[in-house]
Amino acid sequence: MILISAYCAVLLSFASGLLALLMNRRDMLLAVKRYAVKTFFKAGHGPDWLGKNLEEQRFPPFLRFSVFVLLGLSGVFAVLAGLGVLIGKTVITDQISLGLPWLPWHVRFDSLSGFFFLIIGIAVSAVSLYGPGYANSYDENRHPFAVLGLFTGLFVAGMLLVLLADDAFFFMIAWELMSVASYFLVAFQHENPANRRAAFIYLLMAEVGALAIILGFGVLAAFSDGFTFDALREAKLSTTWAGIAFMLALLGFGMKAGIVPVHVWLPEAHPVAPSHISALMSGVMLKVAVYGLIRFCFDLLGEVHWQWGVVLLVLGAVSALGGILYAMMQPNLKRLLAYSSVENIGIIFMVLGLSMIFMANGHPQLAALGFLAALLHAFNHALFKNLLFLGAGIIHHQTHQLNIDMMGGLINKMPKTSMLFLIGCMSISSLPLFNGFVSEWLAFQTALQVDVLDNGVLRSLIPVAAAALALTAALAAACFVKVFGLIFLGLPRSQHCEKAHEIQDKGMLAGPSLLAGLCFLFGIFPGLIIGLSNNVAGQLLGETLPNDAALSWLWLAPVSSQQASYAPPLVLIGALIAGCISFWYLRRNPATALRTAETWDCGFGGLTSKMQYTSSAFTMPFRRIFRSVWIIDERIEKDMQGAMNQDVAAVHYHLEVQDHSWPRLYEPIEHAVNRLAKLVGRIQTGNIRVYLGYSFVTLIIMLWVIS
Amino acid sequence: MNWLIAILQTTLFVALAPLLAGWVKCCKCRLQNRKAPSLFQPYRDLIKLTNKQPVVSEQASWLFIKAPYIIFSATVLAATVVPLIAVDLPTSASADVIVMVGFFAFARFFLALAGLDVGTAFGGMGSSREMTISSLAEPAMLMAVFTLTMTASTTNLSFAISHVLNEGLVLRPSFVFALAALVLVAVAETGRIPVDNPATHLELTMIHEAMILEYSGRHLALIEWASQLKLMLYGVLIANIFLPWGIADTLGAQALGYGLLAIIAKLAVLSIFLAIAETLFAKMRLFRVQEYLSFAYLLGLLGMLSHIILEAAR
Repeated sequence: MILISAYCAVLLSFASGLLALLMNRRDMLLAVKRYAVKTFFKAGHGPDWLGKNLEEQRFPPFLRFSVFVLLGLSGVFAVLAGLGVLIGKTVITDQISLGLPWLPWHVRFDSLSGFFFLIIGIAVSAVSLYGPGYANSYDENRHPFAVLGLFTGLFVAGMLLVLLADDAFFFMIAWELMSVASYFLVAFQHENPANRRAAFIYLLMAEVGALAIILGFGVLAAFSDGFTFDALREAKLSTTWAGIAFMLALLGFGMKAGIVPVHVWLPEAHPVAPSHISALMSGVMLKVAVYGLIRFCFDLLGEVHWQWGVVLLVLGAVSALGGILYAMMQPNLKRLLAYSSVENIGIIFMVLGLSMIFMANGHPQLAALGFLAALLHAFNHALFKNLLFLGAGIIHHQTHQLNIDMMGGLINKMPKTSMLFLIGCMSISSLPLFNGFVSEWLAFQTALQVDVLDNGVLRSLIPVAAAALALTAALAAACFVKVFGLIFLGLPRSQHCEKAHEIQDKGMLAGPSLLAGLCFLFGIFPGLIIGLSNNVAGQLLGETLPNDAALSWLWLAPVSSQQASYAPPLVLIGALIAGCISFWYLRRNPATALRTAETWDCGFGGLTSKMQYTSSAFTMPFRRIFRSVWIIDERIEKDMQGAMNQDVAAVHYHLEVQDHSWPRLYEPIEHAVNRLAKLVGRIQTGNIRVYLGYSFVTLIIMLWVIS
Repeated sequence: MNWLIAILQTTLFVALAPLLAGWVKCCKCRLQNRKAPSLFQPYRDLIKLTNKQPVVSEQASWLFIKAPYIIFSATVLAATVVPLIAVDLPTSASADVIVMVGFFAFARFFLALAGLDVGTAFGGMGSSREMTISSLAEPAMLMAVFTLTMTASTTNLSFAISHVLNEGLVLRPSFVFALAALVLVAVAETGRIPVDNPATHLELTMIHEAMILEYSGRHLALIEWASQLKLMLYGVLIANIFLPWGIADTLGAQALGYGLLAIIAKLAVLSIFLAIAETLFAKMRLFRVQEYLSFAYLLGLLGMLSHIILEAAR
């Protein structure tokens, strides 16, 4: 039953992709309808709704709607399947006789897959509520819906299949389906050269990553008989080979997940993809990469080493800090969100690293705590990052802007959107009462258990990592104050924003509302989701939380109630009481009703929107303090005029902030590849006789090798 | 009964906060050879502000009007977590010290947003500076607090304080570092000299005042009260974590009375030190604050490392 709903989710997403292909085939559908009516309905005309919806005017919206309905159903089935397997604590295996005849696809659906099914299901449901309204805004001739719908369906199906895969072949096929389908989505608006470049970088890095994963599986397979995960689990690896396999997996999955320094595709690809696609890529696809790493390290490799944990911890800390510092400097909203994904993935990696360290040092219960914090953060990040990307899509849809320096004052014009976006910002800044805080709290609780370790290096390293985590959280709050403040508050900085109004499409509000509601729900009742992910830890690590009994809906006390406890519902009640009392007490006197007046302008008059702080002004202190993190090109140019060129006619401010990884890492690689290509080019003379000679020599050598 | 005392303690916290601000002001005036205002002047100011009609800018959104209530509530919630006169109260179990830092972050988030809401340059400047300083101060604060929580192996403030109380007077190097770090952070976070000056409205130096420039009437009263509460919170944290003696560990009337007297005495002495420091030092340039705060961060980290290397039971 559970497996059937998992299959249903996959098939429905395929079906939604195929249905989208009918966009340009209205005539064919009409013919089919005529035939069907003739066969099945003697009266001569079929059901009314069918004929009506096939009319030329109504057909495109109807088809878009039905494509997203199928996608939404796929999401619902994924949620059901995920919940089913998580609650049932079962492992379901199956075989599908597809692919090569002697290589059936092995399917295994356990709690870990179920948990990520849940994440994908929720995200896909929200996106399919949002999608029809958003897709309507594309011009059908330039950006055909058939392409968008087809690859969205394939992309979702690919992600779901990755989670189901139980052998290396099937895993890689699903992985490539996911990568390639998302490449076409990134390249959707390909008329723009920057988009083509972003898509190319994405494809390149996805394929290099896939190669690393294949090699990682290869190392495992060399020590076992077969490519099924069952066989790979049995592989007995020496420490060195296990380390090599781990590094390959880390490179491959890390490239997809976007850890520093292999994160560069994220800030390029996310801004150019359609918003609901970037929501899926950032919210969900990165999590599939995290799933891959967890599956590979905790499940397939079996025994983890603390050195791996240290690698993950350090890489995670660098990604978290680097991600948020780079995010802060971006004026483009979607680019900023992409960098913030790097930060959050960094946090997940850090906590996974902690979990590995505790695991290898013989503290499986604390390992379970860290593992749970990582899973929970993955879940939470999927919720609020999806919410923020969908919100960014609404803002783009209404103002045709993504540059936050050009926005402002939208809170009065788009009250509903601003509320949803505010919830996203509060969750991602990990403020109490919202879900982001819970996972961060658990991460701190894990790090604070360092006292149990014996190794002196680890004992001093982990507190430093906790300090980095604290700094990351504080910087994230500053970054999202900037985002919300500049977009929604203050005076409008451009014509578009002045004329903007609230979005009319109900679906486009319903999708983010669903996510915002869940952000709040799991912020107040985190026990619901922690209870589910506890089962994952139980199945994968063989250990659950130290303090199982404390997992009630009210209290959160993961280690023991003596050590730490957090009761969000009580906190909420307290906040409501304090707020209501002060509100009631202060508002009781009618003589002190609000009076509105002009903003105080120091008596000079004429406050304009140009006098407000901009993104670069807001982040100036950070730019000075963390100077060496970026490559900063900041110039002030003056146009001079008049006699002796002494009068300033205009002042231009120019600021460019660049990522260190391009000149330090990628440009050397590019040069090396070019040099190699030139070397190889020497033997390519273009002369057919020489090529025939090469073939002949190769053939002779091969024959010699064989004999 | 426990809940009743917990609510009473919070009420006491909220009610005493303006008194502490008045006392600090008094000490400062004496030190600077000025005539001091009455100890109860902050209460009079708050009452005056609540009875005035607030003026709100035409550009202001709902966030601007609701923010003072949110800021005040978040600060009050932070106050419920910190043991003032007694440990072992139920409210301190509902949230631990990390959540308390989270409440501060919550209040600051809305304060900074409110600063940006009206769209003046001052507000933006204040928000930007406040977020900069707090994003450096918050990790330093967590480092200092983690030193305590690792010693007591709990993040629950009430249990941690009982732990220190039961251990008796032990000189721990880690606590000395953590105390120094927490004092530096407290000065920065409550906007006192040398980081910010609560008494001026000079545009070049303003941080906190710049954000709340547009507020008036009851909104201003709430924000002022919240910042007085924050000053008291930091004072109580320093006093009760590092010198917990006197705090009531049973809920008898006598113990509670002693607890109240003890905390009042501790805070009175602590404020004299604050007043002396504020008189001795001049305000720093804004871009020196990072050095000041990274020093605090370093102290916190040193405290943690010295705990791990020197003190942990291995």
